[in-house]
Amino acid sequence: MPEQLLYAMEVTVNGLMAGVMYSLVALGFVLIFKASGVFNYAQGVLALFAALTLVGLKNGQVPFAHVINAILGTDLHTFGWKLPALLAILLTAGVMVLLAVIIERLVLKHLVSQAPIILFMATIGLAYFLEGLGDVMWGADIKKLDVGLPQGISDSIERVTDRWFGYGFFIDNLDLVATLVAVALVASLTIFSQYSKQGRALRAVADDHQAALSVGISLRFIWVLVWSIAGFVALVAGIMWGTKSGVQFSLSLIALKALPVLMLGGFTSIPGAIVGGLIIGVGEKLFEFSVGPLVGGATENWFAYVLALIFLVFRPQGLFGEKIIERV
Amino acid sequence: MPVSHAEEGYVTADGRQIGGTLMEMKNITLRFGGVVAIKDISFDIRDGEIRAIIGPNGAGKSSMLNVISGFYVPTEGDVYFKKVKRGPMKPYEVARLGIARTFQNIALFDGMSVLDNIMTGRLTMIKSGLLSQALWYGSAAREEYAHREKVERIIDFLEIQNIRKTPVGRLPYGLKKRVELARALAAEPKLLLLDEPMAGMNVEEKEDMSRFILDLNDEFGTTICLIEHDMGVVMDLSDRVVVMDYGRKIGDGTPDEVRNNQDVIDAYLGVAHD
Repeated sequence: MPEQLLYAMEVTVNGLMAGVMYSLVALGFVLIFKASGVFNYAQGVLALFAALTLVGLKNGQVPFAHVINAILGTDLHTFGWKLPALLAILLTAGVMVLLAVIIERLVLKHLVSQAPIILFMATIGLAYFLEGLGDVMWGADIKKLDVGLPQGISDSIERVTDRWFGYGFFIDNLDLVATLVAVALVASLTIFSQYSKQGRALRAVADDHQAALSVGISLRFIWVLVWSIAGFVALVAGIMWGTKSGVQFSLSLIALKALPVLMLGGFTSIPGAIVGGLIIGVGEKLFEFSVGPLVGGATENWFAYVLALIFLVFRPQGLFGEKIIERV
Repeated sequence: MPVSHAEEGYVTADGRQIGGTLMEMKNITLRFGGVVAIKDISFDIRDGEIRAIIGPNGAGKSSMLNVISGFYVPTEGDVYFKKVKRGPMKPYEVARLGIARTFQNIALFDGMSVLDNIMTGRLTMIKSGLLSQALWYGSAAREEYAHREKVERIIDFLEIQNIRKTPVGRLPYGLKKRVELARALAAEPKLLLLDEPMAGMNVEEKEDMSRFILDLNDEFGTTICLIEHDMGVVMDLSDRVVVMDYGRKIGDGTPDEVRNNQDVIDAYLGVAHD
């Protein structure tokens, strides 16, 4: 096989892996959108907050250390312990559930039966609040996150592909793990929403608050449930992205990359989030590989958005989204 | 003695035995700020009867239904269900007590099929745990089949077999109303509340709906409380009627008693209030 083609294949595989990472973030959006008809602007910040909390707990950082030190004149930074990664992850998951309860109590409870746009505005507020809270609680410096996930180029894949094609593929171990995690996550979420009682209740709440109440569904419970799941997905995304590029505040910007993914896949489809992520991942890598050199590179910054725009024109509901039917 | 004051049940004109009190509203008042929607109203609903609340627009009928179904909490007064005083409850808690309802402006889950919509009516009855549901084994599968059977019976009963798999959003108005009724029935309610079940229907659809209401009362023994402002329909359907006007109760009794009540005639013919 010609070298160029093999290189394109490697780029494609790498694109797929990058796409999985986008999909992980997009998943969180889809979940909340399906369950409440609300585009949760705070999903990216949720991932950031989860990652910050995880690092903080794992390293035994004192939360609000700056504030405490400024007020009491102390010099606290850490408790001086390190938690095992698994324990820290479990604790962080607990924090995310707690956060879901608080969000329901303070925000959603007061917005029953309001238009989606109002709930959307509320999530914008929530995003800024959480970003500030994360900063005050854990500090704004870039942190390294290592929960023991394998990193670096996979030797075995390089060896196998070298034997087959005479050309070794460079693939990051972390991307492989992310792929496995995404598959497991999607499988369990799909089963949950399609076949469980809570899943059915969740879809009902998304459609009509009043009707859901009238068949005995507790909105509060469903909302806490949905935000907990979204928090958990955010935690997974936070771990992956945090491990890959460090826990920093630009992490909340990956939410922006999830937007074109959702436009492609459709806001209401879990498989759509995955396929959309893969298409964007592969698309932007291949585009950069083939067209990039002609236009001076850096196409990855805009390719996804242009693709999303094209989709908006020709298929506004996305690949898997529900077509909106309205009788007049 | 008028039948409405009988202590322990009564027999209707067409020979059905009506039981004791299922639901009792005592001195209900509902205020929204300065507006009084319901003013000191008391009435009861007997086990097995078809009870109607009628009145001109803005009389407070829907507010009353919302009080019964827990969507509004009365400012004053008590609600008794099965002789037990009901504290302030959330609508979903009321639903779990066995009080199902439909809405004036249809509230269905548009994204789901007719079947799924009706199945949501049985959500609170599903007992199996999350895991067994997910894996679809043992009790969960058996349970789902049992629920499906009940739902299929209701689908047959309301003659909507052929639209079973259709997304609700695509159905015409009359059929939507019927699906909403099916969902309420799926919960096997003790008390079924219907908010203007015939509103916006043509004559044929109204006749169908009336037939369904009579039949389901007969066949499932469901107690029904309905709101209508179409007098003709109500008088044919119901065993007893409460008449409301400007938030007050101006009449209560059998259709014949109500029809001859001077206050009711005034309210409907529009005599000036002084």
